[in-house]
Amino acid sequence: MLSRTAENLYWLARYVERAEYLARTIDATLRVTALPAAYIGKTNEWDSALLTAGVAASFYQAYEEANEHNVVEYLSFSMDNPSSIRNCIEAARLNSRSVRTALTSEMWDTINSAWIELQAVWSKGASTREDLAKFLRFVQETSLRFDGSAYRTMLRNDAYWFSRMGVHLERADNTARILDVKYHVLLPEEEHVGGPLDFYQWSSILRSVSALTAYHWVYRETLKPWLIADLLILNDTLPRSLASCYGNLVRNLDQIGVAYGRQGPAQRHARGIRNRLEHSNMDDIFQHGVHEFIQEFITDNSRLGEIITKQYLI
Amino acid sequence: MAVAFDEMNIPGGDLRPAYQELARWLKETPPEALEYRRQEAELLFRRIGITFAVYGDSESTERLIPFDVIPRIMSGKEWARLEKGLKQRVRALNMFLRDIYHGRDILRAEIVPDDLIFQNPVFRPEMNGQQVPHDVYVHIAGIDIVRVDAEDFIVLEDNARTPSGVSYMLENREIMMRLFPDLFARHRVAPVERYPDELLAALRSVAPLSASSEPTVALLTPGVYNSAYYEHSFLADKLGIELVEGRDLIVKNNEVFMRTTEGLKRVDVIYRRVDDDFLDPLTFRPDSVLGVPGLMSAYAAGNITLANAVGTGIADDKAIYSYMPDIVKFYLGEEPILKNVPTWRCREPKDLAYVLDNLSELVVKEVHGSGGYGMLIGPAATKATIEAFRDKLKREPEGFIAQPTLALSTCPTCTASGLAPRHVDLRPFVLTGSKSTTIVPGGLTRVALKEGSLVVNSSQGGGTKDTWILDE
Repeated sequence: MLSRTAENLYWLARYVERAEYLARTIDATLRVTALPAAYIGKTNEWDSALLTAGVAASFYQAYEEANEHNVVEYLSFSMDNPSSIRNCIEAARLNSRSVRTALTSEMWDTINSAWIELQAVWSKGASTREDLAKFLRFVQETSLRFDGSAYRTMLRNDAYWFSRMGVHLERADNTARILDVKYHVLLPEEEHVGGPLDFYQWSSILRSVSALTAYHWVYRETLKPWLIADLLILNDTLPRSLASCYGNLVRNLDQIGVAYGRQGPAQRHARGIRNRLEHSNMDDIFQHGVHEFIQEFITDNSRLGEIITKQYLI
Repeated sequence: MAVAFDEMNIPGGDLRPAYQELARWLKETPPEALEYRRQEAELLFRRIGITFAVYGDSESTERLIPFDVIPRIMSGKEWARLEKGLKQRVRALNMFLRDIYHGRDILRAEIVPDDLIFQNPVFRPEMNGQQVPHDVYVHIAGIDIVRVDAEDFIVLEDNARTPSGVSYMLENREIMMRLFPDLFARHRVAPVERYPDELLAALRSVAPLSASSEPTVALLTPGVYNSAYYEHSFLADKLGIELVEGRDLIVKNNEVFMRTTEGLKRVDVIYRRVDDDFLDPLTFRPDSVLGVPGLMSAYAAGNITLANAVGTGIADDKAIYSYMPDIVKFYLGEEPILKNVPTWRCREPKDLAYVLDNLSELVVKEVHGSGGYGMLIGPAATKATIEAFRDKLKREPEGFIAQPTLALSTCPTCTASGLAPRHVDLRPFVLTGSKSTTIVPGGLTRVALKEGSLVVNSSQGGGTKDTWILDE
């Protein structure tokens, strides 16, 4: 297939995934900030939200204070933030238009309808919390529908695999970023382990990757920080864990390698990361330093993005 | 202006046979139901994303072309005659182009004046003596047809460069079949859905000799910001070929390749929807970023087929148009089946004098204009506009032609105050491959939605209709 088409499919999937992640982050932050101050401590959760979205620096150039109003505006509707939800949907639509021939009509319809709704209903943002909740649900449903239509209607060929790679690479990046910002509340030596303060932080992390229920199913335990870290990093049954994302990335890259009859640096690099995740356990990671581990992962993950681009997309 | 010929109603109250069933159905269908389906159709168009861009319109970059749900109907007999005329016309266009870029018999015979060719900006000297695969220049032609009475079909304009609109012909039919299955059940409407297959077959048939037995065809688009981008993606999809932009292609050793995820892949036929000027920055406009550097040398080397060929503009130029009846006779030795609109060539002093004296009754067109831009419709223009146009004409008479204001035929159309007659034209699409010329029965009917308006161009507020050819 055309390199440009593959590139568009890959980025289209990344934009949709990112929009959903932002919606979940805002949703989780709204919940935790709705609690009385005694439950969540003095950290500014809206500041954390900006950090996990990776846009704190640009935000503070435009705003003084990270409060609900400013952050929701910046992450959801801002035209100035290139990765706001609005701009993600705009970019997804533009990408879809360029590769319409590679999309199924169901996928196109999902993105095009979302874009139409964005303009018709959400052009002025959300004026109430209720509206905002509706908006966040709309974004998450768009992503689910997009994913579902891709899964149900696309031919299983390179177009599908490049699109899936976009999903998994973006997803791994998002999960890693939450861990990067929140790792300190997951450290076993943290002072007030098990206090109410951390409990709500922990459930908020899980909620932003839609894993709160999954946690209970997997561990049948109360929330424990190292188990949360285990779930998000190493547990390959959780679709948003780093291990699961890399299982999928390696599989997609292998499928492409087989279809094209040759492997390259992307396959090798992805396998390297996957092997490291497979052969790690949480004890080693804590000893090595969670923060360092996560930061290394984020670098490795974006390196894979660059390698894929060089090998296939340009 | 005479009373327009109505395609449904015969003066005196009778109906033309092709419309009788439709008229019965309209009587049974309450106006609300019609309005409801109209809204449904609009919703469908928007959801599918069938939009076009209007240049110079900053407010909305994507607009819908209004769709009228009342079909335009033609009998099979009428179509048969039109089809024969179209094939004749396109054969002549191809022979004319082959001649202009080779032996130039028609110039020596003094049928067409030399300067009209050689001083014409759309004449491409690069094509002189160049062999194009299978001698086909115009693979896809859109011939604009109007009617003024029950007998004749008149060619308003030949489009031999990159005619657009065929996606509307196909999508209009899809949507009509979805909205009005009952109405289809009561007619025998000839299908149009095999157009993409026929187009692909035609394109593959003209692959260069150096191509493999399974030639690769691609559609070259200027990109998402082009006004016809929807159509480009739609056709690429239906044909199952890659939709490429200039940056996706590269020329190496006079062969054209596309950049794919598996490396470079050779392309044999390009259905290009990019104008000549932008095709190759090394040959034509150096500032073009839409084209492919070196494409013309690959073309000259015979390794790529461009559809349509480069330089076809010389055949659909409005100045050449007036010579078409003679061109048909010259090459085919036949009487033209389709008529031309009588045309005054302002380059000729006698004609110019007549035009200047009768501006308020004529339509004056720029020889090189298209899309309904820059023309004067005398009967609808103010005195000031006419005087301004008169100056332009005197300054550069060779840049204009004039035609009488035709009373274009009308068809029943949905309007705010119920069904009313509106003026229409028709663009059938004629495909020419190495062996045959084919036309899918029908075409794109464009309708001037404003009462009394004669301008059907989508860029000027025209709409479209589904066109039914009855299979009797």
